[in-house]
Amino acid sequence: MAETIALKLTAKDFKSDQEVRWCPGCGDYAILAAVQQFMPELAIPRENIVFVSGIGCSSRFPYYMNTYGMHSIHGRAPAIATGLSASRPDLSVWVVTGDGDALSIGGNHLIHALRRNVNLKILLFNNRIYGLTKGQYSPTSEIGKITKSTPAGSADSPFNPLSLALGAEATFVARTIDSDRKHLQSVLRAAAEHEGSAFVEIYQNCNIFNDGAFDLIKDPATRDEHLIRLEQGQPITVGKYNVVHPEGSFGLKVQEGGTPIVHDATVQDPAYAFALTRLSGSDLNTTPIGVFRNVRRPSYDEIVRKQVLDAKTQATGSPEEMLDGLLNAGDTWTIL
Amino acid sequence: MAAPAKRVEQLDRVVIRFAGDSGDGMQLTGDRFTSETAQLGNDISTLPNFPAEIRAPAGTLPGVSSFQVHFADYDILTPGDAPNVLVAMNPAALKANLADLPAGADIIVNTDEFTRRNLAKVGYAESPLEDGSLAEYAVHPVALTSLTLGALAESGVSKKDGERAKNMFALGLLSWMYSRPFESTLRFLERKFAKRPDLVAANKTAFQAGWNYGETTEAFSVRYEIKPAKMQPGTYRNITGNQALALGLVAAAVRSRLPLFLGAYPITPASDILHELSKHKRFGVTTMQAEDEIAAIGAALGAAYGGALGVTTTSGPGVALKGETISLAIALELPLVIVDVQRAGPSTGMPTKTEQADLNMALFGRHGEAPLAVIAPKSPSDCFHAALEAARIALTYRTPVILLSDNYVANGSEPWLLPSVDELPDLRVEFATAPNTEDGRFLPYLRDPETMARPWAVPGTPGLEHRIGGLEKADKTGDISYDPANHEFMVRTRQARIEAIPVPDVDVEDPDENAQVLVLGWGSTYGPIGAACRALRQRGLTIAQAHLRHLSPLPANLGEVLAGYEKVVVPEMNLGQLAAVIRARYLVDAVPFNQISGLPFTAATLESMLEDVVKNG
Ligand SMILES: Cc1ncc(C[n+]2csc(CCOP(=O)(O)OP(=O)(O)O)c2C)c(N)n1
Ligand code: SF4
Ligand SMILES: [Mg+2]
Repeated sequence: MAETIALKLTAKDFKSDQEVRWCPGCGDYAILAAVQQFMPELAIPRENIVFVSGIGCSSRFPYYMNTYGMHSIHGRAPAIATGLSASRPDLSVWVVTGDGDALSIGGNHLIHALRRNVNLKILLFNNRIYGLTKGQYSPTSEIGKITKSTPAGSADSPFNPLSLALGAEATFVARTIDSDRKHLQSVLRAAAEHEGSAFVEIYQNCNIFNDGAFDLIKDPATRDEHLIRLEQGQPITVGKYNVVHPEGSFGLKVQEGGTPIVHDATVQDPAYAFALTRLSGSDLNTTPIGVFRNVRRPSYDEIVRKQVLDAKTQATGSPEEMLDGLLNAGDTWTIL
Repeated sequence: MAAPAKRVEQLDRVVIRFAGDSGDGMQLTGDRFTSETAQLGNDISTLPNFPAEIRAPAGTLPGVSSFQVHFADYDILTPGDAPNVLVAMNPAALKANLADLPAGADIIVNTDEFTRRNLAKVGYAESPLEDGSLAEYAVHPVALTSLTLGALAESGVSKKDGERAKNMFALGLLSWMYSRPFESTLRFLERKFAKRPDLVAANKTAFQAGWNYGETTEAFSVRYEIKPAKMQPGTYRNITGNQALALGLVAAAVRSRLPLFLGAYPITPASDILHELSKHKRFGVTTMQAEDEIAAIGAALGAAYGGALGVTTTSGPGVALKGETISLAIALELPLVIVDVQRAGPSTGMPTKTEQADLNMALFGRHGEAPLAVIAPKSPSDCFHAALEAARIALTYRTPVILLSDNYVANGSEPWLLPSVDELPDLRVEFATAPNTEDGRFLPYLRDPETMARPWAVPGTPGLEHRIGGLEKADKTGDISYDPANHEFMVRTRQARIEAIPVPDVDVEDPDENAQVLVLGWGSTYGPIGAACRALRQRGLTIAQAHLRHLSPLPANLGEVLAGYEKVVVPEMNLGQLAAVIRARYLVDAVPFNQISGLPFTAATLESMLEDVVKNG
């Protein structure tokens, strides 16, 4: 905390001089404001924070943060951030991506970053649509979605991003909502504290091409019956219902009565977190938010760095002497 | 036993090809022979030829693996057009290589493998050893396997291990025939089988048995000697192009004082660079085997953004995947080295065969106006210097650089005069540490007037927080800009700054100083072109040779050089990619000469083509 005081940073310090150019009313504004307000809490000097993004409306994000930032190419942010993070352990590296960016063109990089457990905080702004390219369906759009590119309804089933992340061996998996600043920041906090990949899905409203996509769990009139707030050590309930583990079943179930299970994100077996992610389909009918999984596993960065450090410690001589030795290795001969 | 006296003949050069099944250890045998030859001070050039399949069925034509070594008492430029000696470990090896042998060549065959079954496998109805079809060659039938097993009868090793040692018998025999010093091979066997003393002993015995066989039997009446070549004084080591390239990258890391980050995805024939670099972590080298080529270059670029020497190594199919990220690196103006070890395409093509067909892709194969620097090594050992040069350009001018190696230089080897480390270029760079305007702001696209490079301001530097990206940037500030005049300015500036990179003038070798014909090459064709030119000159013809290492930007004097000759011929292992550039850029009627067989040019092919041009215009 001492450092926080010394740094004396505020949300304003994290605002860049660039004019924010999202559509008025876009959920991205709320996320940006929440992140900027949260950042001082990290107690990390601005110069040690880097935001790397791909392409999409959401991926404009780094331009608006007064930190280091790279707006890269479509889908590749996790790969670029991996190289940065693995070679610069002193940095706090954040990835901002969209549902198309992360799950369509960049799906491969996302799963491999999670599998490696690279020390990245990955924020996936899921608006279930391609915003920047003006409204095509995305890999998280519900089946049958009518868009410009699918006038007869989309034919493909969506990904559940959290189930996917768990399948990719993610060690930290969470979900939050653009409009709930307090919750969003609590999830960011947990993500920032996690060593290794932290995967955060943020439900984000695109009021132009997919307005109201998450109203069921946002609208005060309906949300209490559909939104499940996961809290560590607390029983999991929704409205008058309990989330239970029926005898002999593999998954979890929402039902009246029974003993609600008590949430524990630190359970090693990913089957538990996976069962939680399966409580909601794209209908959002019973949607958990919060931290689903939070376990420790050595990060790629740590392991790779240790290998290099160990090799360096065992080496003797200046780099030039070592190079001379390397060049002269093996069978050499001398001509006088 | 009293050995019959053997005649000793002096030769100035020999080409030997060791050929066998991929399980016969021919690469190792060739390597050892090369090393012994190097110890003796001959000049050497080698070329392996691997089967495309990892383990094709034993004894079949696709399973044949070979290693050719050319050595001489003068400096040589190629692994040799045609072998004078073929060591054939089985019928498949004989059949696959026979067409390359000139009449009179020596053939040493392992007769034990010439069984009915093995002959049938490769379609020999009769044994070629008996049907007279090899009459024009000097055939030396040797029961290699049974002789080896006989020598090892008392050794206690299994029959399988004994059979495996037959390559050492062959090596011993050839070492005797060409009077090679064998101490390094004995030492090598001690290292290789350090954990199996029985195998050390068995392989040494097999080697010795092969040597003695040459000395004592009447089958071999002549022994040859090849005097050391006159080579520049210094310490040498035999090296392949891929090894040299990896060492060049390590040297660049040392000389720049930067950590090296390699992102790579395995692909033939580039993987050995990844393997080699992954052994050198003590130099601060991090290697990442990425999920694909796009991630590999992405990670390298991310590391470069963070202040590392970022490198990605691949072959043509991988470069195609990396294209979008290379354009990003061009827009970001960050240093990055992209190594393309070219192979025969299109598509998967012939992964183990060579070609120079990625020049167009290197120069032009990206979206948008996306210029970068391109350089190509001319020989295996030159890969070391080319890698350093690529790193120097990338770091000094903050640009991606494509290094175009190919399968021929990557897997070929030659003696390398080891450089002294302090004489290697100093590649130290300065990161930006402070604002760069008078009013205390930091402009990420404010250029150094001399290099036209923008500041390398790495994350972690206080006060220089800034955002960069692929969207067009306003001059100096780097802010997003759609201004038409700014875009025009930035496109022209990106082009101009690459063209302004100072590269050395191209040298012309024209010893007679009155040549009418210039032969212009680039990359790995240097050896065969040079050998062809020498041969022509020895026959009293005049010809000039110029070879390009820098393909972007081209040397400033190239136009003048081209204008000085009546005829310019451009041999390439593609359909004329450099020739097209030369014609477009200098309005010179450059004549392409092309071979796209997956094989390197032979000096003889080029010699006869050039002879025709010199004599008939
Ligand atoms: C290689 C490439 N292909 C396609 C595009 C076009 N493109 C830009 S953003 C985008 C989809 C963005 O959707 P999402 O990731 O969900 O981001 P959002 O705009 O919804 O925030 C596409 C297809 C591109 N920029 N690059
Ligand atoms: S298109 Fe949608 S996601 Fe993009 S800025 Fe507009 S509202 Fe936001
Ligand atoms: Mg989207």
